[in-house]
Amino acid sequence: MHAPPAIHLEGVGLDFGAAPLFRNLDLCIGAGIITVLLGASGVGKTSLLRMLGGLVAPDYGRIVAADGQPLAGRVAWMGQQDLLLPWARATDNVMLGARLRGERPDRDRAGHLLDCVGLSAHAAALPATLSGGMRQRVALARVLYEDRPVVLMDEPFSALDSVTRARMQDLAGRMLAGRTVVLITHDPLEACRLADRMLLMSGHPARLDAIDVPAGAVPRAVDDAGVLAAQSALLRRMMQ
Amino acid sequence: MTGTATARGMRLLRPLVTLAGLVAVWGALARWGHVPPYMLPGPDAVARALWMQRAQLAPAALTTLEETVMGLVLGIGAGSALAIGMAVCAPLRRWVMPMVLLSQAVPVFALAPLLVLWFGFGMASKVVMAVLVIFFPVTSALGDGLRQTEPGWMDLARTMGATRWRVLVHVRLPAALPSFASGVRMATAIAPIGAVVGEWVGASSGLGFLMQTANTRFQTDLMFAALAVLAAMTVLLWWGVDRALVRALYWLPRHADVD
Repeated sequence: MHAPPAIHLEGVGLDFGAAPLFRNLDLCIGAGIITVLLGASGVGKTSLLRMLGGLVAPDYGRIVAADGQPLAGRVAWMGQQDLLLPWARATDNVMLGARLRGERPDRDRAGHLLDCVGLSAHAAALPATLSGGMRQRVALARVLYEDRPVVLMDEPFSALDSVTRARMQDLAGRMLAGRTVVLITHDPLEACRLADRMLLMSGHPARLDAIDVPAGAVPRAVDDAGVLAAQSALLRRMMQ
Repeated sequence: MTGTATARGMRLLRPLVTLAGLVAVWGALARWGHVPPYMLPGPDAVARALWMQRAQLAPAALTTLEETVMGLVLGIGAGSALAIGMAVCAPLRRWVMPMVLLSQAVPVFALAPLLVLWFGFGMASKVVMAVLVIFFPVTSALGDGLRQTEPGWMDLARTMGATRWRVLVHVRLPAALPSFASGVRMATAIAPIGAVVGEWVGASSGLGFLMQTANTRFQTDLMFAALAVLAAMTVLLWWGVDRALVRALYWLPRHADVD
């Protein structure tokens, strides 16, 4: 993996139908840290993430990597659903990117990554036979297999129960350390555990406000006093 | 274990009981219904015809089966190729789809004499007829499947740097297989109709030809026997195809678990 780049949004504008989602948005997404995006549904978080991933082009302005290289080909994506192919075994799902690029799939590396997420015993399992948490762990191994410096995650753990979610946060926080990560979440606790930088999105067109993050390295403990205080403060702010 | 075995037995038994009931009603109607035998022969007469005329029925069934299977292979192949072509090339869809619809608006019965004129009294005209009737269900089922690829998979594939063809092969086609399988099941059920219609219009062998000759000679029992053979053949063919599809689509929940 090459050094993770910072990403600059310069005067970005995007319309959703007739309504402007973004106007003149300037933002710098820090290199090698986890930036968490919070905000109400429909405010445009997913659209912002899709622009970063090159899935939609901004109507105005531009999105560039600080190192001047193109972003395309340096981004890995993790969505709300696990997006596992139901006909492919766990290992084959992990190696999907290689197949789609016509590269030789590296079975050993896929096996090793499944081992890292604690699924070595389920390498040959079909997704339908795995629990929701296990499926998201396969999806995380698929992201790790891509080994991209930038990782974009759209509420990746929202469908999981709270215990599984907390475990996934620990795992993702550890495994994705050192990459430029943008994570969308609705969950204040998740934000406070994983964020190096936190942005609250609101309004039309959307505005981004920085929010203080608790002290300590990511992933922060679930019972950390600072995390819990920040979580309740954040929830109160989001309810306004 | 015994529970599933009993359930499986019941699943086989139920249609047989229904069938036996229908045959009983038919027998009663033929015997006591004041219907002359040349209009409705009883089950016993048909069974006799089945056995006595087996030297005629077996080769006729073989001919029809051959036409049906060839029609299925060619029709599924051509229908799939067109569906894939229309999925990867939007102009092809816009130019060809109206023609495909039009081909379905013309009843195959109306085309049958023409096809016999063009392709002769032999097997070719029947195979073409079978291809014509199954083409549409296959094309539209696979086409629907290819159009409904989960958008999240397409996004994922794009961020992975996939090419269009590799997405088609590794994601869109496998994702469309369940829909394609419904098209193939339907095609299997109606392909024999195409073949028999062709034989009815002009042929020198086959179950349709046999039914037509029997009909003109008032051998109604033979006609019913040919019909029974056709029905049995279609059901067996469908069952075989269904089993093969269930096996091939190993990741889908089995129907048996559902009902």
